Amino acid sequence: MPDAKEVILRIKRQVSPKGTPYWEEFALPWRPAMNVIICLRDIAETAVTRDGKKTTPISYDSNCLEEVCGSCAMLINGKARMACSALVDKLEQPIRLEPFSKFPVVRDLAVDRQFMFESLKRVKGWIPIDGTYDLGEGPRMAPETQEKAYPLSRCISCGSCLEVCPQVNHHNKFIGAAIVSQVRLFNMHPTGAMHAKERILALMEPGGIQDCANAQNCVKACPKDIPLTESLAEMNRQAWKQALVGWLIG
Amino acid sequence: MRQPKIIVVGGGLAGLMATIRAAEEGVPVDLFSIVPVKRSHSVCAQGGINAAKNQKGEGDTTWKHFDDTIYGGDFLANQPLVKRMCEAAPGIIDLLDRMGVMFNRTSEGLLDYRRFGGTLYHRTAFAGATTGQQLLYALDEQVRRHEAEDCVKKYEGQTFLSAVIDEGGVCRGICAMDLRSMEVKTYPADAVIFCTGGIGAIFGRSTNSVVCTGSAQSALFQQGVDYANGEFIQVHPTAIPGEDKLRLMSESARGEGGRVWVPRNPADTRPAKSIPEGERFYFLEEWYPKYGNLVPRDIATRAIHRIVYQEKLGIRGQAAVYLDVTHIPREVLDRKLEGILEIYEKFLGVDPREEPMKVFPAMHYTMGGIWVNAEDQATNVPGIFAAGECEYQYHGANRLGANSLVSCIFGGGLAGPAAVKYARNLSSGAESANSGVYESERKRQEEKNQALISRDGTENPMTIWRELGEVMTEHVTVTRINKDLEAADARLQELEERHGRINLSDRTRWSNQTLNFARELGNMLVLARVVALGALQRNESRGAHYKPDFPERDDLNWLKTTRARWVNGEIQLSYEPVDISQIPPRARRYDAAK
Repeated sequence: MPDAKEVILRIKRQVSPKGTPYWEEFALPWRPAMNVIICLRDIAETAVTRDGKKTTPISYDSNCLEEVCGSCAMLINGKARMACSALVDKLEQPIRLEPFSKFPVVRDLAVDRQFMFESLKRVKGWIPIDGTYDLGEGPRMAPETQEKAYPLSRCISCGSCLEVCPQVNHHNKFIGAAIVSQVRLFNMHPTGAMHAKERILALMEPGGIQDCANAQNCVKACPKDIPLTESLAEMNRQAWKQALVGWLIG
Repeated sequence: MRQPKIIVVGGGLAGLMATIRAAEEGVPVDLFSIVPVKRSHSVCAQGGINAAKNQKGEGDTTWKHFDDTIYGGDFLANQPLVKRMCEAAPGIIDLLDRMGVMFNRTSEGLLDYRRFGGTLYHRTAFAGATTGQQLLYALDEQVRRHEAEDCVKKYEGQTFLSAVIDEGGVCRGICAMDLRSMEVKTYPADAVIFCTGGIGAIFGRSTNSVVCTGSAQSALFQQGVDYANGEFIQVHPTAIPGEDKLRLMSESARGEGGRVWVPRNPADTRPAKSIPEGERFYFLEEWYPKYGNLVPRDIATRAIHRIVYQEKLGIRGQAAVYLDVTHIPREVLDRKLEGILEIYEKFLGVDPREEPMKVFPAMHYTMGGIWVNAEDQATNVPGIFAAGECEYQYHGANRLGANSLVSCIFGGGLAGPAAVKYARNLSSGAESANSGVYESERKRQEEKNQALISRDGTENPMTIWRELGEVMTEHVTVTRINKDLEAADARLQELEERHGRINLSDRTRWSNQTLNFARELGNMLVLARVVALGALQRNESRGAHYKPDFPERDDLNWLKTTRARWVNGEIQLSYEPVDISQIPPRARRYDAAK
């Protein structure tokens, strides 16, 4: 044990999207209830590596710091997770921080997850209301339906499910479990259901639901415990049904 | 006819609603946001959204909602627009419901409502304990639909630097910086709507998100946009202390029956659950029998401070009290409060269903903000509108829980069409503005960057920020004393001076978060002074503003709006009357029915 307790971090850095990655090590004074974000802030204040070399603060995305905005996802000791809720005392040291590998690196730990938002556009991820003028109450809904749908609506688009998915790689651009699960959510809503077909057809395009190989890594990585495999199974069923109908009608 | 162009800055609830409403009028909108809009701070709103739907047969009305809001805000809000908001609230809930928000339901399939602070009615619709997230997503989805139809163009990863204001004092667009390329560019528009949220970062640690720095508001203020009631800062009674953030523990925990208490003996070392009922002090219930644990936030916060600092009854001498939901059935907790209980469990490793939570007040919300008129969210600078937490209109001296979401959506919904109307009525739009105004603004901002990057100082922005937070939290939150406020202002000026000697540890030109933060910090320091000076001047106690040396509300001298203006690099305060045309002011007390 060191005399004064320290936190040791090894951070994979990269100055720009085309830069060559390199590692730097940092030693910080330990304090109770530290998380990875606090470590990154400590580094920003001193900007000195473990061996005393001046460096630049680490670039990373963060916003809410309570695991609901989805910004600060990264690889922590090799695992896809949110930095804000990664408590130092529960992590093995040195703590290894790396950017997600399935998204383009912007700088250091910050990556570009625009792919997910574009995918939401592709699958028409919305309820097509007529307008924001007053049209009275929405459709009634059984509490049971709400209780099924609500967990799906908590997806924070962090990208962890894509990061851990073997089907998301350089050769294959699988749309990912998060988006498939969102389609399930919209298709469950009484108004959304009226347009279920368009979304299912979008999910059957290249990179769609058929690319899921059922590795089931996604559901384990999801920080919001969304039943992603259930969603994948359900949407797979809806897609097959759609394909069958298409085949019958010709 | 000329096709006008609107810019919206900020993609939280207010900004998204303004965007949708403007796009619906067929006007193209450029939407600027620091983060992808789906990651905006509105996601942090937990407990719910108010509307007097009277769905529990209690005889609730929009007038009662209006009265609770005005009374809760200690009569500082201009009343007509608040009344309109409360009348619009049921329709806003219907709209959100139609957009697919997964609100909790009753057995009849209707929306369920819970109780919240400062009211005796079940008036708060909710989606678990993550209502803000669900609402933001619903609006985000609608905006994405307009985006797919090419009515909206998003500029995410861009930070607002300044407005482009022409020789006639009219806003003609904005100047923004790309947070990756660090490129500074101007964007013309006929009208700009600011929905840039709260200012929590000025207090260092708060319940706010990282982007809630108030930098945009401050930049506008320094360009001549007035700022009102800056001194009214809400400190939420129940948050989980943390070094990086004070994480909110929603009022809905109390709305669902949660109780606040401390052991009668502060030296009691027994686990909370084994302390018998008779040895617990439920101080809110005892002091405020009518509202109990659901007194408004300013009252609850001061009560907790009194328990900890005057009565010395904090748990084991610490600055903490218990927020206890362990008596509520697990099934109810999981259905109605899971989102927040999960936060406590994840960040503290303790299950709040089993053990009472330890909480303490934290800076949470800013009632004050950009001055807007009483009709349509317009500021004093033509072409600039504001909506959401960044403006001052709806909450007076204290905001009631679950009223912020409704004010964001109502204000944004007003601002969108108002900006369109303004833009359509312009005799000449941004296209005919002198191109020199854009270039000179761009240069001015570029030079600021250059100055920061090349400065060879000794000061670290993170250090200055930490000190700013300490000064503001200690002297400009719950209890305000004039000599401390004077000292705080002197410290702020000293920090401003040190900010002039900053040394950036990162001088690169790609995704330089340090440079951006140093810029924001400069703006935060100015806005912090607006807050501190407003507090210093106001010699009374009203809502969240409490001065022990002036413990009473003083309507004779202080029933007025503070209006701060930037004149030749100095902050000047003036005061204007409050519109009390609907409800005459009366004493505000929560120990009895009002």
